[in-house]
Amino acid sequence: MASVIKLRKGLDINLKGKATKETASISCPGEYALVPDDFCGLKPKVVVKEGDAVKVGDALFVDKLHPEVKFVSPVSGTVSLVERGERRKLMSIRVQADGKQEARQFDVKGDVKSLLLESGLFGFFRQRPYDVVANPEDAPKAIFVSAFNSMPLSQDFEYVLAGQEADFQAGITALSKLAKVYLGISVKQTNAALTAAKDCEVNVFDGPAPAGNVGVQINHVSPVNKGEVVWTLGAEEVIFVGRLMNNGKVDFTRTIALAGSEVSAPKYYKMLVGQKLTTLIEGNAKVEGSRIINGNVMTGVKTTQDGFLAAHATEVNVIPEGDHADEMLGWIMPRFNTFSTHRSYFSWLFGKKKEYVMDARVKGGERHMIMSGEYDKVFPMDIYAGYLVKAIITGDIDRQEALGIYEVAPEDFAIAEFVDSSKLELQRIVREGLDILRKENA
Amino acid sequence: MKALKKLFDNIHPYVEEGGKFHAFRSLVDGFETFAFVPNTTSRAGSVNIHDAIDSKRIMSLVVIALLPALLFGMYNVGYQNALAAGQLGNATFWGMFLYGALAVLPKIIVSYAVGLGIEFVVAQWKNEEIQEGFLVSGILIPMIVPVTCPLWILAIAVAFSVILAKEIFGGTGMNIFNPALITRAFLFFSYPSAMTGDATVWVSQDTIFGTGFAAPEACTAATPLGQAVTEGFAGFDCATIQNAITGLIPGCIGETSVIAIALGAILLLWTGVASWKIMLSVFVGGAATGYLMQAAGLTAIQWYEHLVLGGFAFGAVFMATDPVTSSRTECGKYIYGLLIGFIAVMVRVLNPGYPEGMMLAILLMNLFAPLIDYCFVQKNISMRAKRAIKK
Repeated sequence: MASVIKLRKGLDINLKGKATKETASISCPGEYALVPDDFCGLKPKVVVKEGDAVKVGDALFVDKLHPEVKFVSPVSGTVSLVERGERRKLMSIRVQADGKQEARQFDVKGDVKSLLLESGLFGFFRQRPYDVVANPEDAPKAIFVSAFNSMPLSQDFEYVLAGQEADFQAGITALSKLAKVYLGISVKQTNAALTAAKDCEVNVFDGPAPAGNVGVQINHVSPVNKGEVVWTLGAEEVIFVGRLMNNGKVDFTRTIALAGSEVSAPKYYKMLVGQKLTTLIEGNAKVEGSRIINGNVMTGVKTTQDGFLAAHATEVNVIPEGDHADEMLGWIMPRFNTFSTHRSYFSWLFGKKKEYVMDARVKGGERHMIMSGEYDKVFPMDIYAGYLVKAIITGDIDRQEALGIYEVAPEDFAIAEFVDSSKLELQRIVREGLDILRKENA
Repeated sequence: MKALKKLFDNIHPYVEEGGKFHAFRSLVDGFETFAFVPNTTSRAGSVNIHDAIDSKRIMSLVVIALLPALLFGMYNVGYQNALAAGQLGNATFWGMFLYGALAVLPKIIVSYAVGLGIEFVVAQWKNEEIQEGFLVSGILIPMIVPVTCPLWILAIAVAFSVILAKEIFGGTGMNIFNPALITRAFLFFSYPSAMTGDATVWVSQDTIFGTGFAAPEACTAATPLGQAVTEGFAGFDCATIQNAITGLIPGCIGETSVIAIALGAILLLWTGVASWKIMLSVFVGGAATGYLMQAAGLTAIQWYEHLVLGGFAFGAVFMATDPVTSSRTECGKYIYGLLIGFIAVMVRVLNPGYPEGMMLAILLMNLFAPLIDYCFVQKNISMRAKRAIKK
């Protein structure tokens, strides 16, 4: 058993509507979409035309700068729409499924990297610095995989893993041919496929959210210095790699958690990446006055029931929007049912077991950074989060580098953004900072 | 409630861009966000849920924490008036409180009217929301001036500090110095006779609307701290210390009662609005310096007397802990606090000019807080740089 890395800083948010450990299947109707915006830092170039027939694993678009990085169709069928927005920005590529799931067969004997590139799985790799799609020309010093998500309403990977252990291990083994693999697991996880995973170094983490963030784990195991690159891959995406290795076919089936207070019976559903959310949401969740989040409540993006499952999403959360709440005199009322880390509310009285319903309101106006140390309490890295955010806001690139911007991703600031009394949009600030830095360094 | 919401909804079109009363946007906005929690929801790309805490609630909490000291201060104003007039036997509790309230309320009103007025104008001009920082400053300011301070002087001082100490830096959260202390410093150096020195400033000696008593002659009533420093500490007894703890001594309106300040301190520490690290280390720094000074034979004041006299306790609890102007690194907070305590007592003991050093100590450390932080942040930076070289 690997040594346990204990984290004290952070915050577990207990939200109502956690998914019960039960998997339902839903029909896989008509339309699927691959959205280039799900893959950060990409210049997409479409390689199919409307009306083309595609199989599972056929490329739909590629990265203009690295055409070998392909993004492939999760279903077989015909390309029904290449959707473009303002100034011809590529919004999505839609595929009308034929229901046969004919898959392209890959030769798994050769070089792992070219196989991953060809099969579209490399597109799921992300790199630190910048938290963008990995560059195949880099030689990463390590590949990090986090096998748990500590955010509220998130997928329980150990449950998802059950029955897919062989694929997971095959995936890890394949990754180990690219670079050293570090697997971060939670102290609560007991599945031998995780605790005794081969071909990787297992690190056990114990602590509140965001302990499950791969960035936090990198910071504690092998921090990213300037000039170094590490790659990260989602745990379920390791299973994708394993399936490819074992069957020679691409299979983007995820077991996603449909969770949140507005879901009538929160549980798991088997879905394909890019599948339309309509069948998932309809009848299962309240739509009127709700916010449907493609991904986690902390990091995901608001969508509609006509949206498509985002590439990296492991859950779909549905919470109340709350834009007609009209709560009076919030600055002085006790607000007993409101969750806050602050002692001027009373949620500390009710213990950690109480589940809260939270809506999407910001609950205050944006201010300059007033309180000190708020971020540091929930930011388990040896980085001065407040100073880093200030350096990003002021555009001081040298200082951003010195303060460790290469180690962070927007998601690492999610909890800090939640507790921030000044209501700054930290994830957006960090994302923009990383984008500017990447441009400057290019 | 619904009617109020409807009223705001009806007003909106008038104050929005291009509306007839656009000049009042910040005012309406300010009142509406106080009446209702804003219904704005988070944008895409940011976290979808938020903690319910916001700067309105934090600032309101500090104001609540200040109330015990303020209410006691009102009572004490009446008490000192009766004492000076030699009419303590004839005065009732409510009579003294009413007298004090009538003496203090105009100051609070002037402070808020001037300060918030400027805030509204600036918010309108910059097209921003009203910042709540002045809610705290506005009540702090009347509490750290002598009761006899003329209102027009107060108004000038408030305007000076809000504009020059806060708004030109960018508003709450960007200021270097604590605006309330800048107000006091402005008064202190520009109108010294209204602030200190002349021993008559500390006690209100006239009747107000028929309440209170007129003192027979212009009698002197120096603060015990002033006495201790200037008169070589004669006749300083246990009773004075007891009075200093309960607060029945002459002094600035809010700073006299250690008990009332302690009530506020408990609330601030329990809710985590004020940093316990700063508060504790200010007291430790002051006590240690006081002890050393006494041991070195430089002063006859006991170390614990420094902590209860003058503005020390008030400054430590409400001023030094201002999150904006204090140290922002956790380790820096200890040093920041220790140095405030140290400098405050140094000024008191070694400077014959003015007896009180707390204001100057905090302002000086406000200036040095970024330097302290710089050292700790730099340590983190060099750690990272070294790691990169080592690999």
